[in-house]
Amino acid sequence: MTGVQAMRGAPRRLRCCGASGCRSAGSEALQVALEQARAAVGLDAGALPIQPVGCLRLCGRGPLVACDGPGGTALYGGVPPAQAGALIAVASAEGPIDGPLRAEAALAAHRLDLSHPFFALQIPVVLEGCGSLDPCSLDDALAHGAYAQLKRCLQDLSPEQVRDEVRRSGLRGRGGAGYPTGLKWDTVALQPAGPRFVVCNADEGDPGAFMDRSVLEGDPHRLLEGLAIAAYAVGADRGYLYVRAEYPLAIERLRLALQQAQARGLLGLGHCGSRHDLQLEVRVGAGAYVCGEETALLRSIEGKRGMPSPRPPYPAQAGLQGAPTLINNVETLAALPAILREGGAWYAAMGTESSRGTKVFALSGAVCHTGLLEVPMGIQLRTVVETMGGGVPDGGAVKAVQTGGPSGGCIPAERLDTPVDYESLTALGSMMGSGGMVVMGETTAMPEVARHFMRFSVNESCGKCLPCRAGTVQLEQLLQRFVEGRAEAADLDRLDALCRMVKATSLCGLGQAAPNPVLSTLRWFRHEYEAGCGPLAGKP
Amino acid sequence: MSVITLTVDGCDVAVPAGASLLQAAGAAGVKLPTLCHLDGLTPVGACRLCLVALEGTTKLLPACATEAAEGMAVSTTSPELREYRRMAVELFFAEGNHICAYCVSNGACELQDVAVTVGMDHSRFPYRYPQRPVDASHPWFALDHNHCILCTRCVRVCDEIEGAHVWDLAERGSDCRIISGLDQPWGEVEACTSCGKCVEVCPTGALFHREDGTSEKHPHRELPFQLRLAREQGQWRNQGQALPQALEGGGEDPS
Amino acid sequence: MADRRIALLIRRHGGRAEALIEVLHQVQEIHGYLPTSALLAVARGLQLPLSRVYGVASFYHLFRLQAPSEHRCAVCLGTACFVRHAGVLAKQLEQRLGLVMDAAGADGIWALEQISCIGACGQAPVLVVDGALETKLPVDDQEALAARFDAMGLPSARGQVR
Ligand SMILES: Cc1cc2nc3c(=O)[nH]c(=O)nc-3n(C[C@H](O)[C@H](O)[C@H](O)COP(=O)(O)O)c2cc1C
Ligand code: SF4
Ligand code: SF4
Ligand code: SF4
Ligand code: FES
Ligand code: FES
Ligand code: FES
Repeated sequence: MTGVQAMRGAPRRLRCCGASGCRSAGSEALQVALEQARAAVGLDAGALPIQPVGCLRLCGRGPLVACDGPGGTALYGGVPPAQAGALIAVASAEGPIDGPLRAEAALAAHRLDLSHPFFALQIPVVLEGCGSLDPCSLDDALAHGAYAQLKRCLQDLSPEQVRDEVRRSGLRGRGGAGYPTGLKWDTVALQPAGPRFVVCNADEGDPGAFMDRSVLEGDPHRLLEGLAIAAYAVGADRGYLYVRAEYPLAIERLRLALQQAQARGLLGLGHCGSRHDLQLEVRVGAGAYVCGEETALLRSIEGKRGMPSPRPPYPAQAGLQGAPTLINNVETLAALPAILREGGAWYAAMGTESSRGTKVFALSGAVCHTGLLEVPMGIQLRTVVETMGGGVPDGGAVKAVQTGGPSGGCIPAERLDTPVDYESLTALGSMMGSGGMVVMGETTAMPEVARHFMRFSVNESCGKCLPCRAGTVQLEQLLQRFVEGRAEAADLDRLDALCRMVKATSLCGLGQAAPNPVLSTLRWFRHEYEAGCGPLAGKP
Repeated sequence: MSVITLTVDGCDVAVPAGASLLQAAGAAGVKLPTLCHLDGLTPVGACRLCLVALEGTTKLLPACATEAAEGMAVSTTSPELREYRRMAVELFFAEGNHICAYCVSNGACELQDVAVTVGMDHSRFPYRYPQRPVDASHPWFALDHNHCILCTRCVRVCDEIEGAHVWDLAERGSDCRIISGLDQPWGEVEACTSCGKCVEVCPTGALFHREDGTSEKHPHRELPFQLRLAREQGQWRNQGQALPQALEGGGEDPS
Repeated sequence: MADRRIALLIRRHGGRAEALIEVLHQVQEIHGYLPTSALLAVARGLQLPLSRVYGVASFYHLFRLQAPSEHRCAVCLGTACFVRHAGVLAKQLEQRLGLVMDAAGADGIWALEQISCIGACGQAPVLVVDGALETKLPVDDQEALAARFDAMGLPSARGQVR
């Protein structure tokens, strides 16, 4: 059963997306209108529940409402509050959902095809519960199996056994770098005895990425369970969830979920009836992309300027208060309950040799269907962008796909057959990154794209190390010359040399990756830079 | 006390456990260019001039902030490293307003020295000519932001040695600047004991004695090391090589 | 008055230095920004050096050290919005409001600022006007765009020389 797909034999109910994407498209007003329309036909919540749920995937058509009934599920998008009555009529009617109803006809323009590849090719693992359960209800989460795996770990498995299972799954960190999760856990667990911390990195700062937010907003208990499992596996009894301040709804729901779980004894002292403790705290950022970098994140949790420090020592050796600290991304942690339930081998059977399992992507930009997808690793980029995403609106051609945000690069259309896995994307000069995928159409000029990302890095550089602080500024200026057509041929060499220097010598991943968008567009779209060496060459 | 053996540019050296790669390089007779590092202060690895290559990894590591480990093979120079260091110095010069001829520090400036060491005579990058103020509110000292390279030595010496924590970094990225108190004039900050340590350790002419004229600054940059040594007397170990805090663990890249 | 509130919330955080960022968030909720007097009170309350507090407050973009203007219009320049011509949108807003991006306005009534991805990428390009999200702006259609700006209550400074 997935968040959006057919739920045959299910009782009648409406699932109304209440995540940020749909909120921005007016889902709150729709929810109110639906409740009024339900009352108007004399029904109550018992007869026809209207459940707020997490992201229903096709965010670009928000607000989305899924209508479950004995005949299956129908999905509607872009529903104005004025159509609430028709939706209630469809949802409360006898017979199959897609019966020949007048109300159904009125909604035809809003009906979305669940058999479309956008939905049909998805394999929800991390997003299992997102879109089908009420993120504000612990009972609903428990009914969907939340905390069952945590209990099993605490009661039946040793920390080593948990780590074995995760190692077997082949899971790699979803925060960007793809470091094998099991290996990282072992490192933390095998440090000399003493206190340990776990930290969930929910600072999701890449523009165009909203995978982690969807988990936080749609299924926060899954994340808490994953974090608690990780804590048990590495022997930590304290932890933090660091969420970016720009996600108020996610923060609200996470805080609520944490309270609920603590009140129920699922987290906290002697949680789930075990001998183990786990004290978790939510920490909120204050607008600094670099705080997603792990050493900067730790400083921020300590109430300091979020400036990275050289590694080694790695946080796994010396993190918070100098103690071994495990830092994992939201999606990494949210994959754990399913992995433990179905077994590491089950997870490892999906994906490719080096990149196992599934990955969540946020598809946006010049593409027909924008939204959230969870697909097996190794899927062709073309399948995601063209088959699932429907390509560029109005039939235009794809020019490039940007992956990996400001640390990644642009993959040209002729390489759309690339399988999406860590190594293949890196080989093309891009990066898996956190999972943002922005499609660019023919009209997008690549030096401008590069300048766009460089500006981002200039704005977000912490300023600690010279190459990033001063180098990105110079790179932005150089790129400006190409954008304005007043670069000279020598500027190309200068650009290339400075990119390599900033990449090789910056202190943290921000500076080290800042040149990637330039280098990748230089590699695939060099002619656009050459065209930027225009008639105005050399003019100030 | 355990000893670590490693090679620096093919030369075998032995250093006490906890020593940095910078100390190891020193033991091998290699003088790496440095700007942010100063003996006696916690290393930050910010200027990136002391980067070295390690056999078996592609990442460059700051020698000042990396602990030596058994069996490491360090190489301190290569055409790339030379090019990167040169470019770094160019970026420093392009970032601030360094008109050496008028500077109090002319002749006693570490930035100048480093420029000579790496053979930088001009910058390939356009000078940015930022507008930066001078703070002359302190009765004895002054801070000319035009010459500041954000090494944070002043921040660290005032916090770690003097215990006053007058300075800190404000803003971020290319807007970064050194501030005193709540971004107040230095002379108004009550916490300042006027000890002068920050002035002594500043690598450039940014912090200076008000009576100093052009080329008249004579800094005392061994001060923190000597003070630290004196303070830790009885605890410090052979040849003064002991680090303020011997780092635990070490070992291989676990991320 | 404000000082007492600050003292209270510091006590609620146990006076721990690591609570600095949380405390600053809450102080900003009280005042709308972080006035110097409040920073001083926070530093005293948490027993932190003044420069450390200012350093943190000025590091994070969401902390405001100046009183905010009465109205604010924020343009998302995240990648998805950028691909859907948010750059053009930003230029048009600069023209219309007679303001420069991220610079304090002369009259102090309106301010134009850029933000990076607010997660409404599916509705790109987007604006946030005084906290209200405005989505799918018709950048290619001058008239429709002007009508949307009018509906948001954005003043028009066209013709004004600056
Ligand atoms: C500039 C920068 C920003 C980052 N932002 C994030 C982020 O927003 N979320 C995240 O999970 N990891 C981010 N990372 C990666 C983290 O440093 C870290 O590798 C990750 O959280 C580890 O978790 P994982 O092993 O589960 O991926 C960022 C790294 C850098 C260098
Ligand atoms: S690379 Fe950039 S963000 Fe990272 S430490 Fe250096 S200046 Fe800060
Ligand atoms: S003179 Fe001494 S106390 Fe004053 S700022 Fe400098 S180092 Fe700190
Ligand atoms: S004032 Fe001097 S010591 Fe302080 S950061 Fe600037 S250059 Fe370094
Ligand atoms: S936010 Fe509603 S469908 Fe994604
Ligand atoms: S001296 Fe090592 S990085 Fe500055
Ligand atoms: S890029 Fe503008 S909302 Fe995401």
